[in-house]
Amino acid sequence: MIEVKNISKKFKQQTAVDNISFSVDEGENFVLLGTSGCGKTTTLKMINRLIEPTTGEIFINQKNIQEQDAATLRRHMGYVLQNIGLFPHYTVAENIAVVPNLFKWDKERNKTRVFELMEKLHLSKDYYNAFPGELSGGQQQRVGLARALAADADILLMDEPFGGLDPITRTHVRDDFKNLEEFKKKTIVLVTHDVQEAFELADKICLMDKGKIIQTGTPAELLFKPANDFVRQFFDDQRLQLEYKSVTIGMLWKFIKDDTSTNNNSLKEISTDNNVWQVLELLSINDKANALFVRKGEAIKKIDHASLMKAFIDYKKAN
Amino acid sequence: MEQQQSLWDFIVQQRGKLLDQTIAHVGLTFISLLFAVLIGLPLGIFIARRQKAAAIVLNIAGVLQTIPSIALLGFMIPLLGIGPLPAITALFLYALLPIIRNAYTGIKEVNPSITEAATAMGFSKWQTLTKVELPLAFPVILAGIRTATVINVGVATLAAYIAAGGLGEFIFGGISLNNTNMILAGAIPAALLAIVFDFLLSRLQKLNLKKLRITVWLLPAIILLLSSFYVLPSFEKNKLLAGFTPEFMGRQDGYLGLTSTYKLKIKNVVISDAVMYKAAYEKKLDVISGYSTDGRLKAFDLIVLNDDKKIFPPYYAAPLIRNEVLQQYPEISPVLNMLSGKINDSIMTELNYEVDYLKQSPEKVARNFLIKNNLYKKARNGNKGTIRLGSKIFGEQYILINMYSMLIRGNTDLKVDTKTGLGGTKICFDALTNNQIDMYPEYTGTGLLAILNASPEMVKHLTQSKDSVYAYVSNQFKQKYNLVWLKPIGFNNAYALMMRRAQSYELGIHSITELTNYIDKKEK
Repeated sequence: MIEVKNISKKFKQQTAVDNISFSVDEGENFVLLGTSGCGKTTTLKMINRLIEPTTGEIFINQKNIQEQDAATLRRHMGYVLQNIGLFPHYTVAENIAVVPNLFKWDKERNKTRVFELMEKLHLSKDYYNAFPGELSGGQQQRVGLARALAADADILLMDEPFGGLDPITRTHVRDDFKNLEEFKKKTIVLVTHDVQEAFELADKICLMDKGKIIQTGTPAELLFKPANDFVRQFFDDQRLQLEYKSVTIGMLWKFIKDDTSTNNNSLKEISTDNNVWQVLELLSINDKANALFVRKGEAIKKIDHASLMKAFIDYKKAN
Repeated sequence: MEQQQSLWDFIVQQRGKLLDQTIAHVGLTFISLLFAVLIGLPLGIFIARRQKAAAIVLNIAGVLQTIPSIALLGFMIPLLGIGPLPAITALFLYALLPIIRNAYTGIKEVNPSITEAATAMGFSKWQTLTKVELPLAFPVILAGIRTATVINVGVATLAAYIAAGGLGEFIFGGISLNNTNMILAGAIPAALLAIVFDFLLSRLQKLNLKKLRITVWLLPAIILLLSSFYVLPSFEKNKLLAGFTPEFMGRQDGYLGLTSTYKLKIKNVVISDAVMYKAAYEKKLDVISGYSTDGRLKAFDLIVLNDDKKIFPPYYAAPLIRNEVLQQYPEISPVLNMLSGKINDSIMTELNYEVDYLKQSPEKVARNFLIKNNLYKKARNGNKGTIRLGSKIFGEQYILINMYSMLIRGNTDLKVDTKTGLGGTKICFDALTNNQIDMYPEYTGTGLLAILNASPEMVKHLTQSKDSVYAYVSNQFKQKYNLVWLKPIGFNNAYALMMRRAQSYELGIHSITELTNYIDKKEK
């Protein structure tokens, strides 16, 4: 879907992005991760031509973006900014409908779409005619998300979308966003410096440093098969939590011992998509019923704290 | 003595003229504002994107702003002549800086993440400018327009100096004529205009974002409408055009006398004395109301038309002094009278010519004259007391004041303090009666008409001889104000109508009656 080929960007003397290549598949959530100044935002902005690369090419659906009209190209990509960037003189509804209006949608369709998105993003209808200044930071970013989704573009570019929010609001907005069907459907390129956020949202993480890509892979690949010491050290601070978050029950399946002794009826069921972190949380909440069960096809396995930990250690050894 | 006319009476009486002037004033203000917005706004937007150009443009506009308005109007005359064009140009230049600067600042201050968002959403550059940057910069741009409007309402009063009309005609006329009502009739509407426009624009600025959208369309429409108030006064060719000072326009012994006694119907514009002679020389004007001893008469080769029906009273200059000072320093009276009989019309014109046209300093001209007439003595640097001398703001008065200072310093032990360049008759006279100066040279005709406000019958009666005017004002001033007229110097700086010498001969016009006949014949 998105193919980045050998792009570089030089600002006067400084090389911000140094000959990088990657591709993002349709529907994939691709996270550009790195510290400030590593070139991740520059890379993102080259995808919708807010910045033009010095050398290299970018293809979207096999078409070179340099050969397309920049404004038209951008209308077909959602964009979420860290600073939100709502138009203060437009109402919430007008802000959301910015791109549909550029496409000259009719009024009814516009209105329906705005209400639909406001509901999805948990924005009260009362805000329809409000101005962004009357909203809280979290609400403003929800409007920002709605604006990016309004014209239902296939691609969504997100530049530190939750970076400007306080930690609690950030978690709320992020969780709501994650639960949207659009989040699952769309091809998303997201820039963040927040490792936790990257692991929570990414199908694939591209770790960058000094304008170069250090490693691209699934979160688990980065954790368990780091390309070099830089990658290893990058996650060291939060390694255990990240490992819990990046390993799913599905990945652990073969390491969980079969135990059909207990009656599963009284236990809560979880899915193979749940990661270790989530299961541990559930186990600590349900301390009375300190076990859960999981189904994979016909097979059923019971999980308690001890069996989960053992399976996790075995998984790590195997990798 | 006539009953003093009240301000309201004056306004009612002059309402037609006042309305015309107000409309012209509003028109002048907004037509120049319109051009300033048309040029300044795009320029401000342009330089918001070019940092290098910004410094240059803002500096140039800033320098223009520092030029005193009257000087700027002065610069315009050689380039654009007189009338609406130079006035509008000058006002336009004044309005330019606030508009450029605020457009620049307004655009610059738009949050870059908002413009980035606009670009990223797929707005074209034009859409980003018109839908995002301009609306967001609008309050700042409006503040610039507001500043420019208030500046223009104020500066537009000066347009009267160069025959472009406006409320300045009353203000400057009133100052020259010592007519407070006339000053107020011009000044109050001008101030009200400034306050009203400022208030209305401030209301616009406070409108909420929704209503702002209407404003964006409404404002240009209003500016356009108000500019149309100023229908450019047409300058018809092949007709004699007169330029009269605001003072001359309002005087019985001026324009009013011309129309009533001579039945002169000449197309005229109001213009400042400062530029009038040059405008006549440059054939922008054909007839002007000058002073008979003005040096520029000689410089620009103009001649005086004979006042055959004697409507211009004699204006013999004499020192006007506070009686207390004469009592305190009796030695001063003979010293001030030393000039008496030494300067006639042609000598005064010559002296004025040296100062006004040859640009010699009044001090040098005064000293040379005194030396030539054996009146000059070295200053005694005495310490007896101080005499404060005042003068009006023209060359002749500067020369006289320099002569008097030299005479007082050379012949008495008194010190001299000069306050030259007092705006007009009213200012000098008020300074004298309020004990801020002790003496200034005044003219008998001015005393009679502008200060004593003598009735038309009285004027007619007195005008026949110079001595009767002098006797009358001497007597009245002593009684009413305790001021003393010393001996007349000798020259008569009266009002006069003037024409270019060549044109006067060509058309055979040598007197005001001939001028009237010429115009009447042309009309038919």
